[in-house]
Amino acid sequence: MIALLMRDLRLAFRAGGGFGLGLAFFLIVTTLVPFSVGPQPALLSTIAAGVLWLGALLACLLSLDRLLALDYEDGTLDLLLTAPLPLEAAVSVKALAHWITTGLPLVLAAPVLGVLLNLPGAGYGWLVISLAIGTPALSVIGTFGAALTVGIKRGGLLLSLLVLPLYVPTLIFGAEAARRGAAGLDPATPLLMLAGITLATIALMPFASAAVLRMGLR
Amino acid sequence: MTLKASNLTLARGGVPVLTGLSFVLEPRAALILRGPNGAGKTTLLRTIAGLQPAVEGEISGAADQIAYAGHADGLKAMLTVRENLMFWAQVFGRHDITPALDAYALHPLADRLAGTLSAGQKRRLGLSRLLVTGCPIWVLDEPTVSLDTDAVAMFAAAVRAHLAQGGSALMATHIDLGLEADVIDITPYRAMTTLRVGASDEAFL
Repeated sequence: MIALLMRDLRLAFRAGGGFGLGLAFFLIVTTLVPFSVGPQPALLSTIAAGVLWLGALLACLLSLDRLLALDYEDGTLDLLLTAPLPLEAAVSVKALAHWITTGLPLVLAAPVLGVLLNLPGAGYGWLVISLAIGTPALSVIGTFGAALTVGIKRGGLLLSLLVLPLYVPTLIFGAEAARRGAAGLDPATPLLMLAGITLATIALMPFASAAVLRMGLR
Repeated sequence: MTLKASNLTLARGGVPVLTGLSFVLEPRAALILRGPNGAGKTTLLRTIAGLQPAVEGEISGAADQIAYAGHADGLKAMLTVRENLMFWAQVFGRHDITPALDAYALHPLADRLAGTLSAGQKRRLGLSRLLVTGCPIWVLDEPTVSLDTDAVAMFAAAVRAHLAQGGSALMATHIDLGLEADVIDITPYRAMTTLRVGASDEAFL
């Protein structure tokens, strides 16, 4: 399992691995928002938490279609299926690698981009905490979507259509926690809900992903 | 480990391709599948490797014993030869890749990126993966594609060494490897294609 994680991380950092794509996308989306909304600091600071969450979510989506598709194309998935490693473990590890290369940089970059959107001072901590708790769910759900569309050529758009509705609960509670934190309210309830969603998806989704992958590879 | 398959019926995309096929593969033996294109060789090998279920019939002795090598080699272009092999060795809980590099003369290429290798070199790397798995049963689908005569000899030697260590091999190939192997021609087991098995969802894929 560690071998698979190290391989995925190594591939992500090599040329063409796609590391930093999500981060760059996040950066661009959040810098475009002040241009489109206009120079209104009060309005920006109210929508900052929501925009940052939406940007992070879309950036996560961007790298999902290569998560399993590349391994499918070069035959690695077939060989992994015949290896002694359980497929549930393999998809969990791949989700973890996706989070480390996509989700984690987003969490770390979010406070910097918060400045651009005039995020209120109280909100920075809660934004980072809510993203840190919520983004693993995005990776795990995304792996399920990638497993569903694995045999399909150019399945990226279909993948987005399948995965985005599943992201709704995470977005609602994550953005709500960050917004409440920014407004100086108590964010405990949405944070707990968010943590619940993340833990449930981590516990259940790998089994679903492995099951659809087995069907897809037949 | 003896691999037994009895009375197999196999389907591809909902269309049955083979029916009533049985064979036994003993340790130290090799079995070569012959048959025209589309006869169901790949379907049979994928089923034996556990990648798809058989429609009917039973396979025993296969669980966690099989190293499968299909048409695709499962190599990552941006990893070196050594990293590619090391990864598969670790997946199968092993660490020594030197014998595999020796067997296919890959030492001079060990630090090259797999993406820069020629087709035959990639194939050699793909086949050397079998040696790092430590699995007793090799299931090989057209292993000699794009190999030159020297590399085919390396492959034949590797198979012979594997058999001598008590392993066994099931392969679909049209080349004479000079092995003492039983040959099954699967043409007579061809299923009636008018028969449909289960519902197919091909239309959506």
